[in-house]
Amino acid sequence: MEIAIGIILGCCALGAGVAMIAGIGPGIGEGNAVASACEAIGRQPECKGNVTTTMLMGCAIAETTGLYALVIAILLIFVAPNLLVDILVNTISAL
Amino acid sequence: MKTNFKFKVIDIIYILMMILPVAFSITLKVLTTPVSDGISISGAKIFFEIPMPLQNLIISESQINSAMVLITIFFFCLYMTHGLKEKIELKRQHFAELIVEKVDGLVGENMGEYFSGYSPFIIAIMALSGFSSLLSLFGLFPPTSDINIVGGWAILVFFLITYYKMKCGPLNYLKGFTKPISLLAPINFISEFATPISMAFRHYGNILSGTVISVLLSSALAGLTSMLFNSLPGFLGEFPFLQIGIPAVLSIYFDVFSAVLQAFIFAMLTMLNVSGGLDIDEYEKRKLKKAQKALKNK
Repeated sequence: MEIAIGIILGCCALGAGVAMIAGIGPGIGEGNAVASACEAIGRQPECKGNVTTTMLMGCAIAETTGLYALVIAILLIFVAPNLLVDILVNTISAL
Repeated sequence: MKTNFKFKVIDIIYILMMILPVAFSITLKVLTTPVSDGISISGAKIFFEIPMPLQNLIISESQINSAMVLITIFFFCLYMTHGLKEKIELKRQHFAELIVEKVDGLVGENMGEYFSGYSPFIIAIMALSGFSSLLSLFGLFPPTSDINIVGGWAILVFFLITYYKMKCGPLNYLKGFTKPISLLAPINFISEFATPISMAFRHYGNILSGTVISVLLSSALAGLTSMLFNSLPGFLGEFPFLQIGIPAVLSIYFDVFSAVLQAFIFAMLTMLNVSGGLDIDEYEKRKLKKAQKALKNK
């Protein structure tokens, strides 16, 4: 029983850590977006406002995949252990 | 500028009604939070449940807070539009006109001529989302970090998109799924539902991550303070030295900047998705055909 609960807690933490590998993608993507925006502003300083707004929009959309990973990691850390341990206890007591 | 007594009284009532809901939320939070069980990350508190045939209807903190935000915004609008004159007398009228002009410009730029009536809806979504997220400045639970609230708005947007896609007839709507080739129909079907889900998760994830990181930082600072200053005598040993001010710096990004940016992005995506749903050329063609048919029948 203790071993089973330990495995659940450990795997939840491990899963959360592995899920956050997805943070690499948005990092590279937003970096590219901001680099291009800087270039564009350097070339045409007069359209700085438009470029900044579009860049923020693009960054927010590129961020989405990272946020999915973050939501999954948060669920795995704060919600999943209680839920899974409850299920385990209930099935064992039912047997 | 001449203002009589009655005008001022109504102004004060509006301002009071703007502040009272937030004060009510804070009082409710103070009364229902148990005394000092440390810092913890938890979802919205459930106040009571209304029994319903299928499933109990839960009234939670986020619902009450968002209702309070609605009342605040309502009286804010009343306050801003109180005493409008053709020749401007009050300073607030400049501000109100600025907001209306900006939103009209934004909607006209992004949605086109046909959707020009959409600016009230867009500013409503923007204000609701922005004010809800900014509630965390008062230490309240921001309703936007609850997936149920944001999911509701996303479902509303989904219905709007589907309505405008149906505008060219249900057959055209179904044909739209087989757009590049018919083999892609299942994927198109999934991506139809991915739009509201991604909109909801983007907003909710941003606000929630801010809350979680702020709580983690402040609990870490609490640990560091007790480690460093524990040896000080008496009252000084328990005084939270490091927790003053440092979390507020992060809060500027996570609570203020992120909240306003996410509100803007949610409204922007709503505009783009809704206006992208209607195929305007096809719609004009159908309208013309209908008019010709009606003429022939006469």
